[in-house]
Amino acid sequence: MKVKTRSILTAGALATTAALVLAGCAGGADDSGDAAATSTLTVWVDAERVDALKDAAAAYQDKTGVEVDLVSKDVAKIKDDFIQQAPTGKGPDIVMGAHDWLGELVTNGVVAPIELSDKEGDFLEVAYKAATYDGNQYLLPYAVENLALLRNADLVPEAASSFDDMIAKGTAAGVELPFVVEQGAEGNPYHLYPFQTAFGAPVFGSNEGGYDATDLQLGNAGGEQFAQWLAAQGVAGTLSTEITGDIAKEKFTAGQAAFWLTGPWNVGAAVDAGINVEVDVIASPGPEAAQPFAGVKGFLLSETSKNKVAANDFLVNYLATEDVQTALYESGNILPALAASAEAASSDPIVGGFAAVGAEAVPMPAVPAMGSVWQFWGIAEAAIIDGADPVTIWQKLATDVQGAIG
Amino acid sequence: MSTLTDDEVTESESLPPTKRQRQAARLAEHASIGVRALLVKILLLGIVDAIAVWALFILVMKEQWVIGAIVLVVTLLANWIYFSPGKLPAKYLTPGVIFLVVFQIFVIVYTGYIGFTNYSTGHNSDKEQAVSALISSAQERVPDSPTYGVTVVENLEGLGVLVTDPDGDVSVGKPDSPLEPVRNATMDGGKAVAADGYTSLSFQQILTRQNEISSLSVPFSDDPNDGSLRTPDGQTGYLYTSSLVYDQAADTMTDTATGTVYTDQGTGAFTSADGEEMLPGWRINVGFDNFTRAFSEESIRDPLVNVIIWTIVFALISVASTFFLGLFLAIVFNDMRMKGRKFYRVLMILPYAFPAFLSALVWSGMLSESFGFVNQVVLGGAEIPWLTDPFLAKVSILMVNLWLGFPYMFLVCTGALQSIPDDVLEAAKMDGAKPWAIFRLIKLPLLLVSLAPLLISSFAFNFNNFNLIYMLTGGGPRDPLAGVNVGATDILISMVYKVAFTGQARDYGLASAFSIIIFIIVATISIIAFRRTKMLEELN
Repeated sequence: MKVKTRSILTAGALATTAALVLAGCAGGADDSGDAAATSTLTVWVDAERVDALKDAAAAYQDKTGVEVDLVSKDVAKIKDDFIQQAPTGKGPDIVMGAHDWLGELVTNGVVAPIELSDKEGDFLEVAYKAATYDGNQYLLPYAVENLALLRNADLVPEAASSFDDMIAKGTAAGVELPFVVEQGAEGNPYHLYPFQTAFGAPVFGSNEGGYDATDLQLGNAGGEQFAQWLAAQGVAGTLSTEITGDIAKEKFTAGQAAFWLTGPWNVGAAVDAGINVEVDVIASPGPEAAQPFAGVKGFLLSETSKNKVAANDFLVNYLATEDVQTALYESGNILPALAASAEAASSDPIVGGFAAVGAEAVPMPAVPAMGSVWQFWGIAEAAIIDGADPVTIWQKLATDVQGAIG
Repeated sequence: MSTLTDDEVTESESLPPTKRQRQAARLAEHASIGVRALLVKILLLGIVDAIAVWALFILVMKEQWVIGAIVLVVTLLANWIYFSPGKLPAKYLTPGVIFLVVFQIFVIVYTGYIGFTNYSTGHNSDKEQAVSALISSAQERVPDSPTYGVTVVENLEGLGVLVTDPDGDVSVGKPDSPLEPVRNATMDGGKAVAADGYTSLSFQQILTRQNEISSLSVPFSDDPNDGSLRTPDGQTGYLYTSSLVYDQAADTMTDTATGTVYTDQGTGAFTSADGEEMLPGWRINVGFDNFTRAFSEESIRDPLVNVIIWTIVFALISVASTFFLGLFLAIVFNDMRMKGRKFYRVLMILPYAFPAFLSALVWSGMLSESFGFVNQVVLGGAEIPWLTDPFLAKVSILMVNLWLGFPYMFLVCTGALQSIPDDVLEAAKMDGAKPWAIFRLIKLPLLLVSLAPLLISSFAFNFNNFNLIYMLTGGGPRDPLAGVNVGATDILISMVYKVAFTGQARDYGLASAFSIIIFIIVATISIIAFRRTKMLEELN
């Protein structure tokens, strides 16, 4: 009797297993069946923009029947995951990214060029330039980000005309710090770059194909002047490696700093803290205008995508339209890359302020050699601010970078 | 509790084996007979099998034969183990072994494998993909060439394009025959959409044949210098010329502008005669190159040696300092004369209760030179460069790690101290031993027997204490004149992180080689230390 029960149970076991197995089978068949019948574009998007793209994706599906599968990814991991997964053929068809990734992505052979063709002129010049790497366009830009000078208008009612004027105005306002800019123990060359360009010292020279990595301009005479200026600011205390991003934010939002050199990502915090924020052109300490780096965000096409035609169509004929660019702007509040959307968005005084500064901005170099530059640049600047001999350190920086580029 | 088990064991051992066997058999039957247990087993195995079949289905679709075979074998094995009677040890071990293989052994083997390749920026995939990426990025649009309206068409010979140029002239072409004018084409909004003798593809049809269309290239004329027409989106076309030509037979890339020939010299990239590499390249096996580089290339060797020394010093001092502070406090709080011991003990555990990750971050703020709590409040405005002076940064790291680590040592020492039988200490006292002698000759050796393995594992943990270094100093401060991206407080694991995951020039191969070096160092030290521990046990 006992044995019988057991054998029945065993038979039941096998039957249940088989049933579950078949269920699994059926599920699998359904999934792959769908994938084969219509084409699906997999798009990796940073988590903040998923909602903005949802409508665009649905509208595109209605129009063409191509399903757009938006995958929300952690911003910090998108690039690495993409580089690792694209070669296996399992990565996305389209990925959201920044133009300064281009060097690394192209060197790894994971992105394919796209053809903006007649739409070139529809984009802001800086966005279009940044989308080009080594003579090819790889990026469909959707937003431009650059630094600008935030001013606490309750403390200082008028914009500053130069760096010294800014410090004077800030000091006259009687707050703890006239001016803050994010640095830190390892320096922050991105935030100091406007001041560096004011002395006429870009990182690389440029030619018609974009930046020329073989022409390092960092160590020129203007670079040395900038280094000496940095040392003087370190002594005067207007720049300090003690000011990290958090401290800068805290001081400005608490009304203890009159000016803050930062990007659009921090404006929300200042406005929320009740500061009367005005966005000014960056006050120049040198003979030339202070040009910040522009970071251009956009969409990239995977080299290993099996849906290149649909992906190209989605990118060039759809994401480059004013409606979609405006929707993306509304979700993130940074300046759209499409000129028409940018113009509309600039009616907002803050976005307009950043746009005005952005007109002067230069694209951040995307050449892979930049990796070697960043590695030494901040450390050298931090050392100079902290009191090391400016000319020695600056020349050592130029030599190290030249050596690393090879 | 423990005595009870001992008694049972002795009892059953003293009985004849036949009874024990019978007992065991009865027990086993009892266990296997539970209907509910059997049902749960069926359900669980069913779920496992369903997942396995689903995975198999996908793997077969993607033609991943090896992984598919492994999944199949493992699933069959699991079913066989759980559906056949007996095999009790296998039933207990199987899940653990599977997880061990997936999460530990695979990772270790894979890291080892990467350590012997040139996997790095520019050597990211296989040769086939490198070639296709090079060819695709070498396509350059002919300067000032117009945008053409394109309709993808098909006849018996295959796909072609129906092209409308900006003047409204229509032509048709195929990959093997250049564009030639067409008359009587059907126009729609200024663009030719159909021509006699050809079937036009709808957008849906284009989508199902995307690979063919994205590689479709139609010569503009008989002269190859005029370029060829390609259509990235199936609706518009542009003229491209290629600056690179791949010769499959000779396996060479030729730059059409300069005439330079790049060949595959077995270095994982097409290389010209004067040694210029064309990137992207591909992954190859480089044998012991990464290890040789680690110890022979001056720019890597010098920092590596410094980092190894600091890592060992850091781990040893961290273990020693936390152990002795923990032990001291454990002895103090173990003394019956101490009042409020419970309160103090809870207080001691606090640093242990916070995630170390967060504590390190908070400490880095508190040690900031001119804004930190330590300088501002505790030291009354002193400007001590806790984290920016190379020596002080090392001291700060050790102090913070002491703060983070002593509660653990305090806990284990308290436990071990309480397990030392009082009569041993009593006897020592009766023999006239002084407290220091009791501690040195009796308590410490007895403690070490049980704590030595913990100290060794604590050493191994601190050896790879990435969180602390990364959150507190980020490996800095760096010497601006050093010329390498390694700071004064970098330990091996943070150096590996910098090599593999920061900047744009990443070198996974070198980082994996470093990981293997770390493994060898930790393993060697642990083996030596465990040998010593054994000697300690024999002493006892």
